[in-house]
Amino acid sequence: MTPMPGAVLFRLAWRNLWRNYRRTIIMLAAITLGVWAMLFMTAVMRGMVDDMVQTAVRSLPGHVQIHHPEYRDDPSIANSMPPPDQMLLDALAQAGVVAWAGRVRVPAVITSERDTRGTTLVGIDPEAETGLSFVSDDIVEGRFLGSPDDKGLVVGRKMIDDLETRLGRRVVVMSQDPDNEIVDRGFRIVGVYEANLENLEEAFVFTGRRYAQSMLNMDESISEIAVLGKSYRDVSDLSHLKQLEGSAREVLPWYELDAYLGTMLSTMDGFVLVWIIVVFLTLSFGLVNTLVMAVFERIREIGLMQALGMRPSMILIQVLLETFLLLAVGLAAGNLLAVVSVAALSDGIDLSIVSEAMQWMGVADVLYPALEIRDLVTTNVVVIVLGLLAGLSPAWRASRYQPVEALTKV
Amino acid sequence: MSSVRCVALCRFFFQGDQTIKALDHVDLEIDEREFVCLSGPSGSGKTTLLNAIGGLDKPTSGEVWVAGKRIDTLGKSELANMRLHQIGFVFQAYNLIPVLTARENIEFVMQVQGVDPEQRRRRSMSILGEVGMDDMEDRRPAQLSGGQQQRVAVARAIVSKPAMVLADEPTANLDSVTAEHLMDLFVRLNETHDTTFVISTHDQRVMSYARRLIGMVDGRIVTDEAH
Repeated sequence: MTPMPGAVLFRLAWRNLWRNYRRTIIMLAAITLGVWAMLFMTAVMRGMVDDMVQTAVRSLPGHVQIHHPEYRDDPSIANSMPPPDQMLLDALAQAGVVAWAGRVRVPAVITSERDTRGTTLVGIDPEAETGLSFVSDDIVEGRFLGSPDDKGLVVGRKMIDDLETRLGRRVVVMSQDPDNEIVDRGFRIVGVYEANLENLEEAFVFTGRRYAQSMLNMDESISEIAVLGKSYRDVSDLSHLKQLEGSAREVLPWYELDAYLGTMLSTMDGFVLVWIIVVFLTLSFGLVNTLVMAVFERIREIGLMQALGMRPSMILIQVLLETFLLLAVGLAAGNLLAVVSVAALSDGIDLSIVSEAMQWMGVADVLYPALEIRDLVTTNVVVIVLGLLAGLSPAWRASRYQPVEALTKV
Repeated sequence: MSSVRCVALCRFFFQGDQTIKALDHVDLEIDEREFVCLSGPSGSGKTTLLNAIGGLDKPTSGEVWVAGKRIDTLGKSELANMRLHQIGFVFQAYNLIPVLTARENIEFVMQVQGVDPEQRRRRSMSILGEVGMDDMEDRRPAQLSGGQQQRVAVARAIVSKPAMVLADEPTANLDSVTAEHLMDLFVRLNETHDTTFVISTHDQRVMSYARRLIGMVDGRIVTDEAH
């Protein structure tokens, strides 16, 4: 059997592509725009989910959280846990742990001279929280806490507005101690923070950890330990912490703490694939039409090539090669356009005009599209594979003509 | 040894209740190096016979043997392979591949055969010289006249030295001078390359070149004589 003459098939495919210049350009423009739409919208969606997860992770949970097994059901002081023992401290000192912080975190009521609000009192080690949670970076007025013994209170902008109070004024924070007795203490507001999401500004007020522990009569006990790893996408570096799980503590990654976000991230790849396929299906009608016309216009020529000794399989491959080249050129242009447009938006897309909706979704006002290599690979593979499948029908028809019928077609 | 042998060859076309007998029990034997003309009026079956011999069409019944091998039972790929290595075609309407240059058209069959580029180029340039087209190798078919295109088609048909060339009304679209040159070329190639030529025509000038003239009417051979 004669081997496949690759060079001549490639030459024929490439030149045939440009026979009907206008039709090819229109089809290429459609593929380019389609591929751009696939990649750009995927980058926007990835950016949005990325932002949601980053915001969620920075709003206290960390990448992995250690707490009392009952704490999630009842986040009260009753479900606190002892301070880290040596074994836990050794585990937290291992590679993979970028930062960690122990916190007191209890439901509380905050009262100003004008109003009262429900909130969560968080007692923190200010130094340990730097880089781990949002609060140290988001102080816009006053100061951040100086030590675990700091008696000041850091409050969100929204809470300050709700309570109709201001920096330097005193407020009362009230909660329950381990004996379910009401405990309260007066705090001076020493700092105001503005978070990415406005609802966080009402959700948390911060004071020094030891000061909170003394107020709540809980000795050295803490509510949780938040641990930061290298990336929220892969918390396998922190898997050794899971081995420390027991009757006194539970170890959970962020995606189990926030099942909604975790599910969203895990289904994102499937959603991207569906999106790519849907866009491609709209393109495929044009693609198939172009290929059918290209074959239909060349029936005599196909008959001639068969008469000259080209096997049906060679005809099939030649038409598929033509399809591949059309897709490859369109993909190259679409990829380039997507990379350029995402790079041009590296400073983010300002969505402050729909700020409320974005807040509701847990996304900041500025969206940063994130074009990932795996999305580029998926898009290119899907377009090539589905494109060749779409080209299979006209290619098959071209290869099945009887030479004598094809040669006499007008 | 016979180059072509047809035994009780029939090719019928069916249109409703009507049966058109394009070939009606044709028996024919053509020896190697023969220069044969099939003559007859339009619809006499000349082209159908050439198509059957070239494996372009399947007969309704009967046998077709080419170079000692029965071809009417072969599959599409085997027939393509047989045509690739044993038969050169020249059609009435030039039939060049429009996106390839004259030289690339000539090299096309050799490329499909897997001949190496150096040899391809040498043989295509030589054959272009032989058909008087050596200065037009880079022209595409649209840039060539009808006669020039037909010469390229002839060059393509013979460049890989097939055992047989089947030419279907090769001069039909050519002026008399060009037609004469083409027939001179066929005769020369038949003599120098030992190639069997089977030409269908109803042009008296072409018939005058034949050494064997087969007359056909209504799908049957009615005359077969040395010329």
